[in-house]
Amino acid sequence: MGKVFKFDKDVDTDQIIASQYLLFPTIDEMKVHTFESLDKEFASKVQPGDYIVASENFGCGSSREQAPSVLKALGVKAVVAKSFARIFYRNAINIGLPVIVCKDLYEGVEAGDEMELELTEGVVHANGKNFECTKLPAYMQGILDQGGLIASLNK
Amino acid sequence: MGYTVIEKIIRNNIGKDVKAGEIVTVNVDRVMIHDIFIPFVASKFEEMGFTKLWDPDKVVLIYDHLVPASQVDDTRHFKVGNEFAAKYGMKNVHRSDGICHQLMTEAGYVKPGNIVFGTDSHTTTYGCVGAFSSGIGYTEMASILGTGTMWVKVPETIRVEINGTLPDNVMAKDIILKLIGDLGADGATYKALEFTGDTVANMSVASRMSMSNMAIEAGAKCAVFTPDEKTAEYCEVTLTDKEKDLVGDADAVYCRTITYQAEEFVPVCACPSNVDNVRPVSELEGTEIDQVFIGSCTNGRLEDLMAAAEVLKGKKVAPFVKLIVTPASRKIYTQALENGTMKILADAGAMITHPSCGLCCGRTGGILTDGEKVVATNNRNFLGRMGSSKVGIYLASPKTAAACAVAGKIVSA
Repeated sequence: MGKVFKFDKDVDTDQIIASQYLLFPTIDEMKVHTFESLDKEFASKVQPGDYIVASENFGCGSSREQAPSVLKALGVKAVVAKSFARIFYRNAINIGLPVIVCKDLYEGVEAGDEMELELTEGVVHANGKNFECTKLPAYMQGILDQGGLIASLNK
Repeated sequence: MGYTVIEKIIRNNIGKDVKAGEIVTVNVDRVMIHDIFIPFVASKFEEMGFTKLWDPDKVVLIYDHLVPASQVDDTRHFKVGNEFAAKYGMKNVHRSDGICHQLMTEAGYVKPGNIVFGTDSHTTTYGCVGAFSSGIGYTEMASILGTGTMWVKVPETIRVEINGTLPDNVMAKDIILKLIGDLGADGATYKALEFTGDTVANMSVASRMSMSNMAIEAGAKCAVFTPDEKTAEYCEVTLTDKEKDLVGDADAVYCRTITYQAEEFVPVCACPSNVDNVRPVSELEGTEIDQVFIGSCTNGRLEDLMAAAEVLKGKKVAPFVKLIVTPASRKIYTQALENGTMKILADAGAMITHPSCGLCCGRTGGILTDGEKVVATNNRNFLGRMGSSKVGIYLASPKTAAACAVAGKIVSA
């Protein structure tokens, strides 16, 4: 089980990781600034295995691949949202961060709740309930299973 | 059954019929990488085990977000970029010529019917000349550099038809902001926008560019205009029959059609801090401002600077307002010098910067602080985009922005 960190709709990639940190040489140096404009303590509170639950259009805005990368580097196990912006979605799959669409979870959990995602089955268990997610298309599940696009190209 | 413009572009590219929803592998005609992501692309490219570019002439590297460098670390990006270009035989490198999206069409890298990807989300811009273009991350860019191909899901299309004559104080920027407000920030996610109608046909390529540039702000994968005689002149090509046929068929399948009458548009602003938070300027009149920014890949073209100059001619910027103007390219800068536009802007009190992305993404110059407000012609008003997270960014057209600079508050042009 992991803890839920909850975000509203239209969270843009500037909010996930702001422009001024994009030039730090490594993702590890960037990751301490994750979600800084929304929650200064996020990077110190989140633990490996925790989840992000969001409303619509998570990851809108710029093409920065650092946005999913900092989340993965902090150990976020998956992002479960009502919907995703397209570039963030592709980038997340390519770097091996699970992202999955679930229409009902946002209303079904609060920040701090415990949840578990079974990615291949496409189901979330939280608060004694099961929430159905939209399963990933086989092509993308394949990339994720192999650990991202680089691992998949190197096969 | 007919085809949308995007279906036709992809069909022509892969040589077989396609319909929205199919996943296909396309042959990429051109790619653009900018300075801010080149180190990441370079390291991923080598991590993938590639030893040569699929076609060095099809790769364009543009330094725009970081020029001139404002921090010592920025220069590392130029070093990595220069080494990568030399090692793999790239000739198309622009180190200070302007903003990537302006240069890609202005320097002739994108032609009607092309399929183009870039490491910047505003890569949707090239739909202004009838290309299918979209933004991607650096891992995917590295993969294209090695293979020359990319998988895409053929997008569904939203058809936007606009007919009639725009009011004098309304620009293409007001149209795209109104559309984003109507669609919402995710209203076109994964989809293509196809613009049509006589208003669009009568528009300059520069105006079309302002609109395709911002398609991403409604989540769109791409936005496209049918190439016509203006496109041909701008791109210095003669349109082939296939390019002339990049028109949405009457019996094509659209997921939605939105129709506007041009006379009904009014000047608008996207209010803090979402691009879809769009309100008529008339409802915001009197809001006091600290700064005005006219420029960027959205509105830094000659017609934009001239529109601002027309408003500013013989007037002075309000004493407490800083007006900053950034042309989108060196070519535009020179043209605006030669035709007297720059003098009008400077006489009115504008600070004129070199062409680059600095102000728009809050990296170089023009930073604001808590409680300050800026009227800006760029494409994003996100939290913290141009300084602290308590800055209010109002996106508007160059005409509206210029009128606000003189008044020191939000007013209609």
